[in-house]
Amino acid sequence: MSEERQIQLEVLRYNPETDSQPRYQTYTVPCVNEWVVLDALNYVKENLDPTLSYRWSCHMAVCGSCGYMINGEPKLGCKAFIHEYGDHIRVEPLANFPIERDLVTVVEDFIAKLASVKPYLIPKEDKPISAGEFRQTPAELKKYKQYTLCINCMLCYAACPQYGLVPEFLGPAAISMAHRYNQDSRDGGRDQRQEVIATDEGVWECSFVGACSEVCPKHVDPAGALQQVKVASTIDWYKEHLMPWVKK
Amino acid sequence: MEIIKTDVAIVGAGGAGLRAAIALAEADPKLRIALISKVYPMRSHTCAAEGGAAGVIKSDDSLDLHFNDTVGGGDWLCDQNAVEYFINEAPKELMQLEHWGCPWSREPDGSVAVRPFGGMKIKRTWFAADKSGFHILHTLFQTSLKYPSIQRFDEYYAIDLLVDDGRCQGLTALEIRSGEIKQFQAKSVIIAAGGAGKMFPFTTNGAIKTGDGMALAYRAGVPLKDMEFVQYHPTGLPNNGILLTEGCRGEGGILVNKDGRRYLQDYGMGPETPVGQPVLKTMELGPRDRLSQSFWHEQRKGNTVSTPWGECVLLDMRHLGEKKINERLPLVRDLCISYLGMDPVKEPIPIRPVVHYCMGGIHTDIQAATPVPGLFAAGECACVSINGANRLGSNSLTELLVFGRRAAMSAIEHLQSGLSASNDTALSAQAKASEDRIRALFERNTGTETVAGLRKEMMHTMEENAGIYRTGEELQRACEKIAELRGRYANLALTDKSKVFNTDLMQALELGSMLDCAETVAVGARDRKESRGAHQRLDFTARDDQNFLKHTLAYYHPKEPPRIEYLDVVITKSQPGVRDYSGAKK
Amino acid sequence: MSRKPYIREVSKTSWFLSQPRYKRYMAREVTCIFIFAFTFLLICALGSLGKGPEAFQSFLHALRSPLGVLLNLAALVAAIYHSMSWFDVTPQAMPIQRGEEFVPGNVIVGAHYGAWAVVSLIILIWGI
Repeated sequence: MSEERQIQLEVLRYNPETDSQPRYQTYTVPCVNEWVVLDALNYVKENLDPTLSYRWSCHMAVCGSCGYMINGEPKLGCKAFIHEYGDHIRVEPLANFPIERDLVTVVEDFIAKLASVKPYLIPKEDKPISAGEFRQTPAELKKYKQYTLCINCMLCYAACPQYGLVPEFLGPAAISMAHRYNQDSRDGGRDQRQEVIATDEGVWECSFVGACSEVCPKHVDPAGALQQVKVASTIDWYKEHLMPWVKK
Repeated sequence: MEIIKTDVAIVGAGGAGLRAAIALAEADPKLRIALISKVYPMRSHTCAAEGGAAGVIKSDDSLDLHFNDTVGGGDWLCDQNAVEYFINEAPKELMQLEHWGCPWSREPDGSVAVRPFGGMKIKRTWFAADKSGFHILHTLFQTSLKYPSIQRFDEYYAIDLLVDDGRCQGLTALEIRSGEIKQFQAKSVIIAAGGAGKMFPFTTNGAIKTGDGMALAYRAGVPLKDMEFVQYHPTGLPNNGILLTEGCRGEGGILVNKDGRRYLQDYGMGPETPVGQPVLKTMELGPRDRLSQSFWHEQRKGNTVSTPWGECVLLDMRHLGEKKINERLPLVRDLCISYLGMDPVKEPIPIRPVVHYCMGGIHTDIQAATPVPGLFAAGECACVSINGANRLGSNSLTELLVFGRRAAMSAIEHLQSGLSASNDTALSAQAKASEDRIRALFERNTGTETVAGLRKEMMHTMEENAGIYRTGEELQRACEKIAELRGRYANLALTDKSKVFNTDLMQALELGSMLDCAETVAVGARDRKESRGAHQRLDFTARDDQNFLKHTLAYYHPKEPPRIEYLDVVITKSQPGVRDYSGAKK
Repeated sequence: MSRKPYIREVSKTSWFLSQPRYKRYMAREVTCIFIFAFTFLLICALGSLGKGPEAFQSFLHALRSPLGVLLNLAALVAAIYHSMSWFDVTPQAMPIQRGEEFVPGNVIVGAHYGAWAVVSLIILIWGI
């Protein structure tokens, strides 16, 4: 087992009932090198300060609860390894979201945006359950599979400067999820989703900084999805205005 | 106190809760549905399930085979009428998920693919790579967004059920972000709040799996059933208990001891099968309880590998090759590399058994109804019982769907059964008492105990005395210790006095739930003087159908240990027999 | 109500200084200025062409001034950087699936560079 070492864990604290603004508090934490930052937070919670508030659950990078800014970078607390950092680690709540308390952010905006893009299958054809499955070849599955891997951790929203500047922006994860269903061979709901995503607050707010894909812990590549939506929307536009006789 | 009136309140928004909510919304769009969960739905622990969901679909399979695998796997403690209902509904539910967009892995012809799992005679596990639970949960959550009648109460922690006039009529819940307690008045209540694996220190379960739903029903007078049956998954990462799916073995991974011997052949699961050609119900595809127990014996014999994280055996997947591992087990590879720094493509992975699943739970009948009218339960928190003494791998995801929907149907039948008007005064008085209880805990300043301290003692007690192999003496010790901890819980004082997102308070309430559950595990196990499935006694090594072909029912008492009663197992067509996992006898 | 969510303001003018990747992004965006300037120059060239051969000659003469050369050079560098940064992301923006597998990214990027080279060559030959 890797040796123990002490780190200074600097955490942004904010208690809405007593603080007018956030402040930093530093804890000295004896860490085992194979720990992740979440383990260090748990150490603080159990041994040093039970008042520290943060969300976490699965500890295996699949539930998406524990997104924090770690040394300024959006990361999952359970996948940020202590050995990748020096002796001083700063943990803050995810950027671009209001702080509810300590590391807990208000995420209603994201949830509402996700819901707005109709992230569910709108089947091309109605088919009763008794008629069996919609056939889908491995190639058709692979076409959209990557975009199903989003764990809704919101790191991409914390990384996206555009979302920080224009809070109305639908954002990377929501648009990628719309793209996921648009790309699904069973789906026929693209026109409905285009009304939401091919708009100024939708995909055209994206200026392709690319930060979303760099921080995505599941390699969903939302930036890629958004550019594909732009290309497809542009083709739609040309078809509509230059070739009105071609129906989509 | 704010009162929220609804038709059906659902506690828990994982697989079972979401499935129930969708079933309600589809059955009657006018129904008001309150979906209450202490976390956002996609954080629910369903997301961590990896391997897949069992349902008969292929022409070489049959409902009878699924029935036999389930009942035999459960060491005949399953209620067979429930199992029959379950296996009949299973394919429909999995197909329904396909129609909702679940990205199931496919055969080249576009049909849904199935993989083999432990304890199965025929491969029948539907899977979405090795992220099946994740995809099921997100498909359900996203589908639920279609229905405006599903009103979500995200990050609300259920405190107490409101039971008046002999029926359940709602609950109180803490809005975590504000610290305010709300009263939900409902005609039917469904609990779908998951298991309680966090009673143990070394578990695949996430932090949220604290038995809140079980304790909620238990405190309201519903018995907890068969709680002594706790499943150890044989293949967890040794440093943090992260699950490596049974799919690893289903795809052909093998288990070896320090000498490179496939030791399972020494425990009645042989003869050895060719490497990379797994044979169903043999060797690595034996049931989870047997595999975990074999590890225990290997450790006793000194055949395990010493690692910095304790004694281990090795899961070798190298012969599967990089392509197959990437295609079928991408998450497993990622988890091994990330958390252990080892690549299964290049080296065998040290693993050891880890607490995974509660077979027991809230006592329900085949309609998902508890003995309290108006109260229903589904998923891991419930015990129907289809899992008996040892759950068959990949039945739990299907169970969420089948009984989530069944609970919804029962909830509708109940609210349409001509209920008398509720007595608002009585309900509000109960809600007030519930609020006072929380306030007392919140405001107590004189306590000497801490959440972390009591929790550590509880976990240690459970691991030491109620693990894979148990003795009467150890279990008695566990009973006494947990009773003591329950007493000391009354002296708990919180450090955090803030109302907003007070996780100190949350963890205190969760600890209370876990202590209640832990006591039913310890007492149930002490009183079950036999070995069956996941409950193995060193002092009573044989199965005893004469005395214990029965469900344990534990009834709550606020100060005393639970009162234990027994209930006969429902047997329809399969008499208790020998669990045969040896290829030789075929 | 005890809640009082705290909103961290994002500076509208200096936000991009906070992260290296934002600075890289701004650098890419700044290339637009030079490309715009070059486009403006082209329009001027057309304008002078319209005014007659003399005007065009003096425009060409002005182009040969150090400032003109510098501007063209800067535009060239900016255009190359901008093109390359676009080529780099083409596998994300325009993935191509052949059978089950996606065409590897470096093939798509390579094809873009190849096409660029061919077009440049044709223009060069045609120009001579």
